[in-house]
Amino acid sequence: MKPILEIHNISKIYRIMSGQGPYLNLRDLIASTFGFGNKPNSTRWGRSKTQTEDFYALSNVSFDVNEGDAVGIVGSNGAGKSTLLKVISKITPPSYGKIIVRGRVASLLEVGTGFHAELTGRENIFLNGSILGMKRKEILAKFEEIVDFSGVEKFIDTPIKHYSSGMQLRLAFAVAAFLEPEILLIDEVLAVGDVEFQKKCLGKMDEVHRSGRTVLFVSHNMSAVKTLCQKCICISDGKLVEYGLSEEVVSNYLKMTNTEKSELILSDDEEVVGDNVAVLRSAKAIDEDHNPVQGIYIHKKIGIEFTYEVLESGYNPIPNIYVYKATGECAFTTSESNNPLFKQKGVIKTTLWIPENLLNIGMYNVGIALSTFSPEKVHFFLQDALVFETLEDLSLRNVDYNNPLPGVVKPILKWESEKIESETL
Amino acid sequence: MYEEIKPPNKLTLGLKELWEYRELFYFFTWRDIKVKYKQTILGVVWAILQPFLLMVVFTMFFDIGLNIPCDNIPYPIFVFSGLMLWGIFSSGLSGAAQSMVTNANIIKKIYFPRLIIPISSILVALFDFIMAFLVFIGMLIYFHIDVNPMIIIYLPISIVITLLTTFGLGTLIAALNVKFRDFRYVIPFIIQMMFFITPVIYPVTVIKHEWAKPLFALNPMVGAIELLRCTMTGHIVIWQYELTSLATAVALFLFGLYYFRKTEYYFADLA
Repeated sequence: MKPILEIHNISKIYRIMSGQGPYLNLRDLIASTFGFGNKPNSTRWGRSKTQTEDFYALSNVSFDVNEGDAVGIVGSNGAGKSTLLKVISKITPPSYGKIIVRGRVASLLEVGTGFHAELTGRENIFLNGSILGMKRKEILAKFEEIVDFSGVEKFIDTPIKHYSSGMQLRLAFAVAAFLEPEILLIDEVLAVGDVEFQKKCLGKMDEVHRSGRTVLFVSHNMSAVKTLCQKCICISDGKLVEYGLSEEVVSNYLKMTNTEKSELILSDDEEVVGDNVAVLRSAKAIDEDHNPVQGIYIHKKIGIEFTYEVLESGYNPIPNIYVYKATGECAFTTSESNNPLFKQKGVIKTTLWIPENLLNIGMYNVGIALSTFSPEKVHFFLQDALVFETLEDLSLRNVDYNNPLPGVVKPILKWESEKIESETL
Repeated sequence: MYEEIKPPNKLTLGLKELWEYRELFYFFTWRDIKVKYKQTILGVVWAILQPFLLMVVFTMFFDIGLNIPCDNIPYPIFVFSGLMLWGIFSSGLSGAAQSMVTNANIIKKIYFPRLIIPISSILVALFDFIMAFLVFIGMLIYFHIDVNPMIIIYLPISIVITLLTTFGLGTLIAALNVKFRDFRYVIPFIIQMMFFITPVIYPVTVIKHEWAKPLFALNPMVGAIELLRCTMTGHIVIWQYELTSLATAVALFLFGLYYFRKTEYYFADLA
């Protein structure tokens, strides 16, 4: 059977005009047309040759997707993932190449596209549904289910401007969940919403896929990609880097990004982080074998290693570390204990070991600081020094429950249960 | 189902696709009407009240005050017939011209034939026209106006000329507005200037110079309004002027459609 989606040598070029927004200004056009603009070498259409630059958002991307596959798309920010989905869903045309689609496509690049605050929940279900490509009949047939799934029955005839953002999100996702295209494109919709909501979305997406439909799923959530998709595409700088089994692609992607985000090296000519007493030199997240990592399993210990230089003695600078969830809340802070070593000049390497089975899965930001506590003085505090991601090996779960669990931490705790009374007949 | 997505090269009308998405016309129009009158006490009554109040004001100024000639029919009837058609043009044009920018968030996130958006804005104006027309029928009865039965043919022609003009200018400016936001400021001027050269508050008979008459008829709204008024004033329809107006309307329609179709591929990148 022929693949449901064939992507042949797709390139998407954006012309960047420096110093200008994406749209032109009529004044500039008129000015340059009549030659009294302040751009000496501009061409007739208000763009000057020296100012334009071609940016390849996608460059020569080719791959096939078979019917019924769930394919994850991973890559760092700006790699071209969303552009790829936009091209496949016809929102923006490719500059070169060809795509063959054998099925009805629905794209979910954001939840609640076209929602209008003044309209009621009921009205928005119809509006949003039809924008997403559902027929009126289909919406009518599924209306009860959609309302049920959203859990906002009580407020269905209230304008959604009175809804909480969570309620709007649930309603929006409920509509999308009942789309029945042959190919579903999803972009990062899980980035919003609480864990409960994300769980529901993932469950629904799994259901969509199980019913034999094809799913393309862009996400930064590596564990979601791995649980949902057998296959995965990795994109970097608009180029397709790898297409294969999710397990391999994700682990290669994490290795590739290791050196990018999980390592921080501050050379002298860059902006100095620190004061006249001490400056930060480098930092990285490491695994138990001291290899730099970006993604790490929660059942392994994680090291935060950093080096700094003490330029002046006489202070007592103590290293301390802040760990934040990607959502911004602080998971914990911790500091090294007093050490006579810290008072002398020189370069110091220090490592914090976060024990195994402490953090939950997710993205974490690390803030690195060096402070003298008495008298209080902060020598440096780099709030977003490092980023790492924690993953879970689901085979190690002690219960048959495969969805993400809420919480900043996910410690293994001791439970005790015993039978205190037998059932009597 | 089989579809190819390629870089845009040839220009098609895309009528088949518009038909596939026909329900969206209904939903966008319905949304815009709903939103327009939401949280107003009078609601849809505003659609009637706006031309009605204008009629009252114009009657006081131009009829009672300045005693402007009005082709021997009561001035309120005279001006209201013009205002109804003018309303399609002015609110349809400003709605359509802004529509691509106001709906930018949808355009950037989902695909559907882009033409649906400006057309829906014009349909909203058509809805207001229908409301106003009901009032107009009441006024005809109140003033005991003898209407030529040819209105059954002339009125649809007037509406078609108005819609073609509104569509042509509307889609053209909508497409330009995506690229050059300056057009946001140009729209009110275009509408105001058009109002002065359109015989809404004055009759075409004020044009005395013979040479100016064909030029005047180049404005499609002249033909549209004059054709409707002929059914009440008893004037003879001057078909050469009507055809001039129709020809301009068709030309505007084709040019607007062509420019819109040519540039719509890049709306998502520019909006």
